[in-house]
Amino acid sequence: MSAPAAAPARTLPPVLRHPGVLFGLAVLLVVLVAALAAPWLGTVDPIQLRPRLRLRPPSGAAWFGTDAFGRDVYSRVVYGARVSLAIGAAVALTAVVLGLAIGLVAGYIRWLDTVVMRVMDGVMAIPSILLAIALVTLSGAGVLTVIVAITIPEIPRVARLVRGVVLSVREEPYVEAAIGAGTRLPLLLWRHVLPNTIAPLIVQGTYVCASAILTEAILSFLGAGIPTEVPSWGNVMAEGRQAFQLAPWVILFPGLCVAATVLAVNILGDGLRDALDPRIARRVGALR
Amino acid sequence: MSAPVLAIRDLTIPLPRLSDRAHAVEGLSLMVAPGEILCVVGESGSGKSVTAHAVMGLLPPVLKPSRGEILLQGEDVVKASPARLRALRGGRMAMVFQEPMTALNPVLQVGAQIDEILEAHADRLSGSERRARVLALMRDVHLPDPERMAGAYPHQLSGGQRQRVMIAMALANDPALIIADEPTTALDVTTQAQILRLMRELQARRDAGILFITHDFGVVAEIADRVAVMKGGRLVEEGTAAAVLRSPRDPYTRMLIAAVPSATPPPPRPRPAATAPVLNTRALEKTYGGGLFSRAGRTVRALDGVTLTLQPGETLGIVGESGSGKSTLARCVARFVDPTGGEIRLDGTDIAPLSGRALHPYRRRVQVIFQDPYRSLNPRRTVGQAITEGPRNYGLPREEAFERARRLLDLVGLDASALDRFPHEFSGGQRQRIAIARALAMEPALLIADEAVSALDVSVQAQVLDLFESVRERLNLAILFITHDLRVAARLCDRLIVMLNGQVVEEGETAAVFAAPRHAYTRALFAAAPGAHRVEADPPAASGAAGS
Repeated sequence: MSAPAAAPARTLPPVLRHPGVLFGLAVLLVVLVAALAAPWLGTVDPIQLRPRLRLRPPSGAAWFGTDAFGRDVYSRVVYGARVSLAIGAAVALTAVVLGLAIGLVAGYIRWLDTVVMRVMDGVMAIPSILLAIALVTLSGAGVLTVIVAITIPEIPRVARLVRGVVLSVREEPYVEAAIGAGTRLPLLLWRHVLPNTIAPLIVQGTYVCASAILTEAILSFLGAGIPTEVPSWGNVMAEGRQAFQLAPWVILFPGLCVAATVLAVNILGDGLRDALDPRIARRVGALR
Repeated sequence: MSAPVLAIRDLTIPLPRLSDRAHAVEGLSLMVAPGEILCVVGESGSGKSVTAHAVMGLLPPVLKPSRGEILLQGEDVVKASPARLRALRGGRMAMVFQEPMTALNPVLQVGAQIDEILEAHADRLSGSERRARVLALMRDVHLPDPERMAGAYPHQLSGGQRQRVMIAMALANDPALIIADEPTTALDVTTQAQILRLMRELQARRDAGILFITHDFGVVAEIADRVAVMKGGRLVEEGTAAAVLRSPRDPYTRMLIAAVPSATPPPPRPRPAATAPVLNTRALEKTYGGGLFSRAGRTVRALDGVTLTLQPGETLGIVGESGSGKSTLARCVARFVDPTGGEIRLDGTDIAPLSGRALHPYRRRVQVIFQDPYRSLNPRRTVGQAITEGPRNYGLPREEAFERARRLLDLVGLDASALDRFPHEFSGGQRQRIAIARALAMEPALLIADEAVSALDVSVQAQVLDLFESVRERLNLAILFITHDLRVAARLCDRLIVMLNGQVVEEGETAAVFAAPRHAYTRALFAAAPGAHRVEADPPAASGAAGS
């Protein structure tokens, strides 16, 4: 918004001074760089089949070992980061944007509220995994289908959050003062209501992102996700399932990556929540 | 005098670094004797609440006394272990908080909450003995029908009844010291008077010492034996109530006492001859509830046939207690809510049925100044953006709007540099000035001040009231001044309306209403106004204020 523009230049924004935020961002940055620079990180073609090198344990040639088709697990994990991160980011972004729009409308326009929120309740009642399996069955497996399938059940959660914020902010005297000053509804929402939703939305967005990465892994593991020619952490693990006792590395390394990334995103979210919540931030500030 | 219940000696509590001053409390020494009420008076930030919390051992961890001692019947509270403090709290000392709704647990019956205090400290009592004691305590604080009321939940009680429950809890174990932290500030005047009377009565019957924290010299006059005045964490004056009220030595005390608006209205000022009224409402009604999903018959008549007229340049005071409908009236006239019946004529046009685009041109004619200056300004927007928002909505170019904002800041006594700053950089009084400038930027015909000075310290309140006066003179504005405080109304208003249960029960020239209130409720309001008895106690050698 326009507000921070007036603030003088600072060394480091206070949000970035929070250890959780720093740690989460650092881990995510490492994963992101690895995903983008995958071809230059000693990887081979992640879908190249090498029947003679099946289920080899980790070694100097294949750092994370090979899977049942002789494909290099290290390369598959590094390339798989692209899919997992893309899905996490895409789902978070879409769910937040759509949820924000729905929540703003429901929170501010009284007569729409009941209708919209009952529809949202209905959407929330559908188990997300089942919905995803149904969608994949209908329209075929693919990254886009998986993104849509994971996004839909997340929208009501964001919408509820935004609606809650709007309901409390619309009672603030400064919003009434703006109404009294003749500010029309779209501008009123943009100027006085929307900025209040940004901090909780960033936090919610990180949680949505973490849960999307996990859900993608689950869907792929169940065989309802991304097809295996596009490596993702989920389907690499899924393929390691049959040979788990012989070759645990096929599941172990992508599993560690999922765990580390989801943990980093969650810690980032917690950190942002603490740093952006004025009540908590003030308490931390008072302690200094 | 017997040994003091409480003796604070040279208490110093440092504030965390980067605070606006080094110490919350500095070198404070106070004494409370048994059976004595010591009022600690000060404005916000004076350190009076920190002192109260220090005595209770309830300071947040960042605040730690660095020097001095707090002796409760000779035992140093500062050095007491957490377990010992728990035993002392509720046992030998007890606290009554400002906000009885939040200080009581909403999901526990009030009888059980009083019982809990007994259970925690008087473990020798059996269940039935405790029950009898709870009922006796509730009778002591004059709660009607204790058997039934013990089973009630806090939300089923009125504010005054809740505060009585709090007092019963404080009395439960016959403490030697009761700390009352602004216990009547959140209450209506008539309720406040009852609670003050109750505390006086209980203190006379029991031998407890009371440390009474307040910002209101009216309350001091009602209840104090002795007074300690604090400013910026230091004690500036101490003495018997009669001495401090009659001949305050310190200039700060004198300023505080002078800032309390007098309960006698000034002589009526000359007003322009009646012309066309700015505002007149006829049989205005607002009923809440009764919607599609609410149960039949569950409606609240917040406004019930309110008819009033306001001339240009006139100030009409609307006086009433919480729930009287005075704020609903303001919100209807400002059209934040839709009235359910009647007319609101603004310059002759009925705006009650208008909405949306049709209402837009009329909005600028009515501007509201809200009670809480901390919430009425968007924290994310600069003062300049706040003041110019309205005029720019109505098509004034940016440069002209800012030029107008500069002029208005000058009018309300702020520097033009305020334009680029954010609301949090200003004090409560300054923010209220900004809010006034924002309202005036719309060049309204009618200004509604909804408890606009209630949240301010008395000295700041006096300045903001001065500002209202000067604005009224210069701009010939009509002001609808809503307040619960008769003293404030007396100071500013030409005419008064007294509201009760959504209806106007009394209307007249301010001086006439003050001299001879006709309605019984108006008379009750006058009798309850804190400090009302001071006027009689003031002349020679009176003992009224300090007596008993």
